[in-house]
Amino acid sequence: MTEQAIAMQPRESRVLRFAKGLALIRESWVGMIGLGIILFWSLTAIFADVLAPFPPNATGIPMALPGGASLDGSAIHYLGTDQLGRDLLSRIIHGSRQVLLYAPLATFCAYFVGIPMGLAAGYRRGLTDDVLSFLANVILSFPVLVLYIIIIATIGASGTNIVLAVTFASAPGIMRIVRGLVLDLRNREYVFAAETRGESPWRIMLVEILPNARGPLIVDACLRLGYVVITIGTLGFLGLGLPPPDPDWGGMVSETRAYAMMLPHMAIFPCIAISSLVLGFNLLADGLREVSLRD
Amino acid sequence: MLIFMVRRFGTMVLTMLVVSILVFSLLEINIDSVATKVLGPYSSQEQRHLWLEANGYYEPAVFRYFDWLAAFVVGDFGESVRFKAPVSDVLWPRLGNTGILGGLALFFASAIGLTVGVIAGMREGGLRDRVASVSAILTTSVPEFATAVFLLSLFVFQLQWLPGTSGMANGFDPLQLVMPVLTLVIYDWGYIARMTRASMAEVMTTHYIRTAVLKGLPYGQVIRQHALRNALIAPFTVIMLQINWLLSGVIVVEWAFGYKGFGALLYEASLNQDIYLIEACAMVAVFVAVMTQTLADIGYTYLNPRIRFS
Amino acid sequence: MAGPKESYSGPILECRNLCLSYFTRAGEIPAVIDFNMTLNQGESIGLVGESGCGKSTVAMAIMRYLGNNGSIVGGQVLYKGRDMAKLSPEELRQLRGNEIAMVYQEPMASLNPSMTLGQQLMEVPLCHENIGEKEAYERASRMLSDVNLPDPERIMSVYPHQVSGGQQQRVVIAMALLSNPSLLLLDEPTTALDVTVEAGIIELIGQIAEKFNTSMVYISHNLGLILETCQRVNVMYSGVVVESGSVTEVFDRMQHPYTKGLFGCIPLPGADKSARPLVPIRGQLPLPHQRPPGCYFGPRCDFFQAGNCDREGLGMSQVPNEPGHEVRCRRWQEIDWSTYKPVGVGAGESQAGEVVLSLNNMKKYYEITDNSVAAMIRGKRVRHVKANESISLEARACETVAIVGESGCGKSTFAKVLMGLETATDGEVLFNGKDIAQDQVQKRSPEQVGAMQMVFQNPFDTLNPSHTVGSQLARVIRKFGVESDGDKIERRVMELLDLVKLPREFARRRPRQLSGGQKQRVGIARAFAGNPSTVVADEPVSALDVSVQAAVTGLLMDIQKTYRTTLIFISHDLSLVRYLADRVVVMYLGRIVEQGTTDEVFSPPYHPYTEALLSAVPIADTSVEKTRIILEGNLPSVTNPPSGCVFNTRCPRKLGAVCETEAPPVHEPVAGHRIACHIPLAELQAIKPVISLAAAPESPAAE
Repeated sequence: MTEQAIAMQPRESRVLRFAKGLALIRESWVGMIGLGIILFWSLTAIFADVLAPFPPNATGIPMALPGGASLDGSAIHYLGTDQLGRDLLSRIIHGSRQVLLYAPLATFCAYFVGIPMGLAAGYRRGLTDDVLSFLANVILSFPVLVLYIIIIATIGASGTNIVLAVTFASAPGIMRIVRGLVLDLRNREYVFAAETRGESPWRIMLVEILPNARGPLIVDACLRLGYVVITIGTLGFLGLGLPPPDPDWGGMVSETRAYAMMLPHMAIFPCIAISSLVLGFNLLADGLREVSLRD
Repeated sequence: MLIFMVRRFGTMVLTMLVVSILVFSLLEINIDSVATKVLGPYSSQEQRHLWLEANGYYEPAVFRYFDWLAAFVVGDFGESVRFKAPVSDVLWPRLGNTGILGGLALFFASAIGLTVGVIAGMREGGLRDRVASVSAILTTSVPEFATAVFLLSLFVFQLQWLPGTSGMANGFDPLQLVMPVLTLVIYDWGYIARMTRASMAEVMTTHYIRTAVLKGLPYGQVIRQHALRNALIAPFTVIMLQINWLLSGVIVVEWAFGYKGFGALLYEASLNQDIYLIEACAMVAVFVAVMTQTLADIGYTYLNPRIRFS
Repeated sequence: MAGPKESYSGPILECRNLCLSYFTRAGEIPAVIDFNMTLNQGESIGLVGESGCGKSTVAMAIMRYLGNNGSIVGGQVLYKGRDMAKLSPEELRQLRGNEIAMVYQEPMASLNPSMTLGQQLMEVPLCHENIGEKEAYERASRMLSDVNLPDPERIMSVYPHQVSGGQQQRVVIAMALLSNPSLLLLDEPTTALDVTVEAGIIELIGQIAEKFNTSMVYISHNLGLILETCQRVNVMYSGVVVESGSVTEVFDRMQHPYTKGLFGCIPLPGADKSARPLVPIRGQLPLPHQRPPGCYFGPRCDFFQAGNCDREGLGMSQVPNEPGHEVRCRRWQEIDWSTYKPVGVGAGESQAGEVVLSLNNMKKYYEITDNSVAAMIRGKRVRHVKANESISLEARACETVAIVGESGCGKSTFAKVLMGLETATDGEVLFNGKDIAQDQVQKRSPEQVGAMQMVFQNPFDTLNPSHTVGSQLARVIRKFGVESDGDKIERRVMELLDLVKLPREFARRRPRQLSGGQKQRVGIARAFAGNPSTVVADEPVSALDVSVQAAVTGLLMDIQKTYRTTLIFISHDLSLVRYLADRVVVMYLGRIVEQGTTDEVFSPPYHPYTEALLSAVPIADTSVEKTRIILEGNLPSVTNPPSGCVFNTRCPRKLGAVCETEAPPVHEPVAGHRIACHIPLAELQAIKPVISLAAAPESPAAE
């Protein structure tokens, strides 16, 4: 092996390592099922236009039962129609786009805010920690939905506002987790080593500490994604979600509740959709945790 | 210990203060919107101006905040626009109803969660553990509103065993409580169970459990005297913190089943822009949450001899 | 359950061809293979070996407690003639704690944190014998005084965290003895304790055999402790016993190359360091699933013979005229030890240069805020913890200065101040002529930082698991401005790997692909990346296996002498310090109690603490005789040190009131040798050496 051949760390191996990490999931059947469900919904969202038999907002025969033929008899409403005659299957398929756009976006924003705060609080300790932790406690002492309701009632319901609200409400929780991990990791000798060679605090936080906290954070992100999906659904159910008429799973349940006594299928199918997606995230999180604890 | 409690209560008061500032500034800084919310969207500019003048809204926000806070502390929450009555008259009975609902839900969720968690954690990776874990993940993945829909279609639509709403129109009816409590329990037990399981499983791998087994103690005694005592410290905190989550849950469940509780009240208030009612509900909710957190901390310290005697 | 145990005259414990395996997802992993042992009434047998040799697994198998994935795959464990494998769960339960008891490595972890010690003690007789609470309480309390714990009543009523580590271990021992077991298993009972505390526990273990006539199996990685506690010893390597026999047979007339190598790896204070250099065993312990065919020690053995040693079916052979002395080696009779002169490591003499580092009255106090009500009333809320008090010392180029002391002596704080992670409260730290006492590391120039670097203790923690070895070394090189050009940095990384004798392809590896010793080598390479003039090594080898320790120590000394680096070697291991240090500084509770050259410190006049430390060190040499000095009491808390001389609460030579009230004067029998003690110098000089050789040191290899 020549000296040149021994490069520091080839770039592509990072990608390779990620793929290997993902491959580990194969060892946990729970995680595999979760990953499968998530992939299913992601593909559905990507190919919604191709997959959906009807346009999501097109009206036809109202309140058709599953399997009923469409108005012109050319197609079948596999899951029936809602009170306005819109095809439920198509709306669920298109609804996956909304949730799979806003849930990851909101979670990402929350991490983007929460991680630096947690790093600073855990690594710098002292006043920074006291102030940040206190503020986090204040926000976390609101029952989550109360906070959402107040925020949405004040700033109005829209996709962007949901992202904002989720970021505001979840960042403190992420900060706490990161802080806890940092408090443990900052006492490792490699951190001392970095300190004794005079590295800057942010380099220590981002290069020496953060990469070693990624395991628990990835698991947490999966759980949190599931929870954000629930939140978006619940807000939709309460009529505080994404504005109509575009389909949103929670909103679909809310709109059809009045008819639930006679025609429960209109509410049940969106509920199954949302529950399955959350289940996917939770199972994946469990699988990842199981795999990460193994070695 | 005394110092700790005093300090903990101090933090609690401080938290409440900051929360009150937050709530106040979110809802009352923009005085025009306050007037609009109170007088309705069809009120004239003139009416709003007169109302604001009459109610001292042109004072600086800081003064208004302290007036507001002073009134709040003595229980004067203002007048509800929607109910045309003092907020406190509306709030307290509703809170009582929610207390019944939440208390029952918390009791059953804890009982089931703790039992399942302990049994699952006794042998990590065993069949019981796997069944418990998967069912806990399954039920916590279903949002409350979805559970409500599923339960409604099963017990009300299909089987017709239970009433579909819990409005208690004809007086208190325990049967009407079944669905909302069940919905909350289904969503909440799993989390408690998983936390208990994790705590129990961790304790079972400790060296002091090995010591107890190798002392020749009967297995039951090892579990009861050595494992549970340590394994139940963490779930205690989890259960106390669960009250915070439950306060979110009751909003959905009360709304879904038409139960006349605090959660439905808060939601109604926000739909109707009933500003003083929102403030009162929010502050009460946070107070309950902060109070339980404080109790959880104190309880944790008390349960854990390593902290108690240090 | 109740009643006296039936009398039994045969061997207490017999292991016959015992094979133990763990079953993992990767398949069956044999942990112990073909293990034989016979333990008679009142006898003590030691199991000694490095990590992963299976010694603890044997103990757990005797208890039949191998967890879910371990099991006995062959052979038998006979306790008083009964096959343990055939016992019903109920019979097994009655045996555990009653007939066979165990003492564990970590006393704090083996006691239940939320039960009082009394409850935990009383459980044992309550569960095994038909007695009431009151009698159980009396029994427990009597046993506590039998293990020399003061104030048993108080101990009974408190929780584990409220007593010190040494006291916790005494409680665990008392718990084990409560039902008067016939067999006591001790699994590294002193590893987690300080050396002076360890000495007390070892003394107690010695008394147990006499007092209770208990048979013992003593498991340890430390040959010195085995010598002090056992009559017979089994040396284990990678799951097999390689040599067994009486302590004198194995210690004085060892036959197996591994046993021989193990003794070569440990510094013995009885021997002169130039006459008996450390001889590391090359290579590293094989992983259980990568054992070589035939003799597992083969790849590391100097006498390995292909075609002979790698044949399967290697059994124990009997050493003639020494019944009970057995060796697992094909070639043991062919090896001529008298001509075997392995190359030792380092320790060449070198001339110390100019003063590089000099500390004058350096102090480091920490402020702690006391929130108790009493403190608030008195208005004394802020207290000072004197982590380092008046530290004065000098270190010269190419010199090794050892800082010796037990936990809480201020060694780590000392290192932190040197490295600039903390600033000194007072005094000066002159490094290359410049005072850096008040300079945090960020304020120092890259050259200054690079000139003083550190080697850390814990190999599993010293490298960042997220980055490759190469990138971590490269970062240091760039940071200290040694090189800035990419290719040159890479070349320098390779040089550093060569320097610490690691293959160059390790640059691309991640730390988890390296063994403990290899990681520590990278740690050394990192410290030397900036061409430092001073390296602070904080217990650099204490977490490593004995056979690896010697190699890493040798490497460190080698590099140091080559580059004429000043080495500040922080350690609790006096044997090692004696072997490699030029000067020794003994610290106790943040103060220097004695300092001088190695020969001065290791021979009278001593400070009484130095004397006790020396006496406490277990020495694996049958020819050495030690004066036994056991320190009474606990190590005082740093936050509340005793007044006067800080050592007065435990000092066996305490004069009286003067020790409690006045700070001790400093004697200087020879220039540079300073002892801080009230005892007159003449009296200190009259003390006999702690360690002496009983007979002329014979070469252990001589037959």
